[in-house]
Amino acid sequence: MAKTILPYVISGISVGGQYALIAIGYTMVYGILRLINFAHGDVFMVAGLLMVYLAASLPLYVSIPLVILLTVLLGFTIERVAYRPLRTAPRMSVMISAIGVSYLLQNLALYITGGLNKNYPQIPWISDRVTVLGMETSRVTIITPFLTIVLVVLLVLLINHTKIGMAMRAVSLNFETSQLMGIRINNVISATFIIGTFLAAVGSMLFFTNYPGVVPTSGAMPGLKAFVAAVFGGIGSIPGAVIGAFIIGIAESLIKGLDTILIVHGTIAEQIGFATFSDAFTFILLIIVLVFKPTGLFGEKTTDKV
Amino acid sequence: MLEVKDLHVSYGGIRALRGVNLEVPDSKIVTLIGANGAGKSTLLRTISGLVKAESGSVTYNGKELIGMPINKILEQGIAMVPEGRRVFTNLTVQENLKIGAYLRKDKAGIQKDIEWVYELFPRLQERSWQMAGTLSGGEQQMLAVGRALMSRPKLMMMDEPSLGLAPLVVKGIFEIIREINRQGVTVLLIEQNANMALKTADLAYVLETGEITLHGTGAELLSNEAVKRAYLGE
Repeated sequence: MAKTILPYVISGISVGGQYALIAIGYTMVYGILRLINFAHGDVFMVAGLLMVYLAASLPLYVSIPLVILLTVLLGFTIERVAYRPLRTAPRMSVMISAIGVSYLLQNLALYITGGLNKNYPQIPWISDRVTVLGMETSRVTIITPFLTIVLVVLLVLLINHTKIGMAMRAVSLNFETSQLMGIRINNVISATFIIGTFLAAVGSMLFFTNYPGVVPTSGAMPGLKAFVAAVFGGIGSIPGAVIGAFIIGIAESLIKGLDTILIVHGTIAEQIGFATFSDAFTFILLIIVLVFKPTGLFGEKTTDKV
Repeated sequence: MLEVKDLHVSYGGIRALRGVNLEVPDSKIVTLIGANGAGKSTLLRTISGLVKAESGSVTYNGKELIGMPINKILEQGIAMVPEGRRVFTNLTVQENLKIGAYLRKDKAGIQKDIEWVYELFPRLQERSWQMAGTLSGGEQQMLAVGRALMSRPKLMMMDEPSLGLAPLVVKGIFEIIREINRQGVTVLLIEQNANMALKTADLAYVLETGEITLHGTGAELLSNEAVKRAYLGE
């Protein structure tokens, strides 16, 4: 039994780590701007495409940092061009702008790729097959959760123990008072987008290595799942997003393997087709959590005194 | 010296200030009293750069502040304690003080000033690791004042520091205002609690529907019949 479940759990943890890296971008931007950045999943897709094109002509030790740099630049530019001019506009306007950016990126990708699947380059070492606990998998599956946790710990240290982190926490509570402290909120918001897209770029390398390729809509599903993870954990909370992402990754992977697990266990004789419903399951899980905890697992604590 | 000349400000479609003239000489306590909606907060918010002026000028030691970004105005030595305290409830007491010194680079000086604020408000030291959201209203006001002091201001503007506080706490706050002033900080104070404000202030202005209608020393206004009727409830 355990031996049948283990591979699904391990792959779920890995997928969860990838979702976590995207989810942090959603949750941080929401924490500061109260904006659901719909373009975030597409930025993740663009990072995948950049890797496809750059790795075709450049060695990996150049193309990997370049992909990260260009993705960060894209995130920074989107905020400057599409969100900053709407800083004082109603929140709904900014959200529509985000949806617009999302489609713009997808359409651009469609224009450039012609809608064809672009094979993701093999990144040596991390794409290698390894055997862990008696099961064979790619090394990236094993590395992902550890890398995710290291990045998250660094991020939490940054937020809790540096000046810019303190400014981020202040700005997330109140723009105006932060300005009175001399904080330039636009810089803090830019920093938030830079961190979020940096993590999404790293996530894209881990994610696409395990998939055959990149298409213009490749960012949609992982983006949506990561968003759900962020809401699940309590949007605005970084630990919440990470834990939410791991739970969703593992649950999704187990559902995908449920048929096989049950057959091996002898409960059922043939495939029923649970795997088909794995995406729907994610949302059912979200609804259940939100019914009982409307602010998510680690939703915003309100210590405000009126 | 802070000089406001013929300042006009519109705010949300309303002409909030209509040609305000006001002076805040160095090392004085100046108070501005007036009813709700008279434009007191708008005046402070315009000086600190949060609100844009339509016309007129605000100069500090001869430098024009209108059009200057908020952080530059703070660098001129003008800090504000906003209405309703607005401490960062999700930061600790100590972090709130540190963020008050956000523009400063002198680490040793910042540490010394934290000690100085703790001397002024021993209560804050006891609670230095607590989240600011867990403080009482009076303590939050102390923290808001301490946070403003951390930028080492020459002029501190305070927007209704007594709002919503118990009378005894209000008395403490006014004592602190005098103490801060004794240590060389000029104070521009907005108050609805006219009695306390006028007793504390060297100079006072009365603002009514966007215009200054009276000014004089605190003592003069305290004995002014019109002020007595309208603001002191006598």
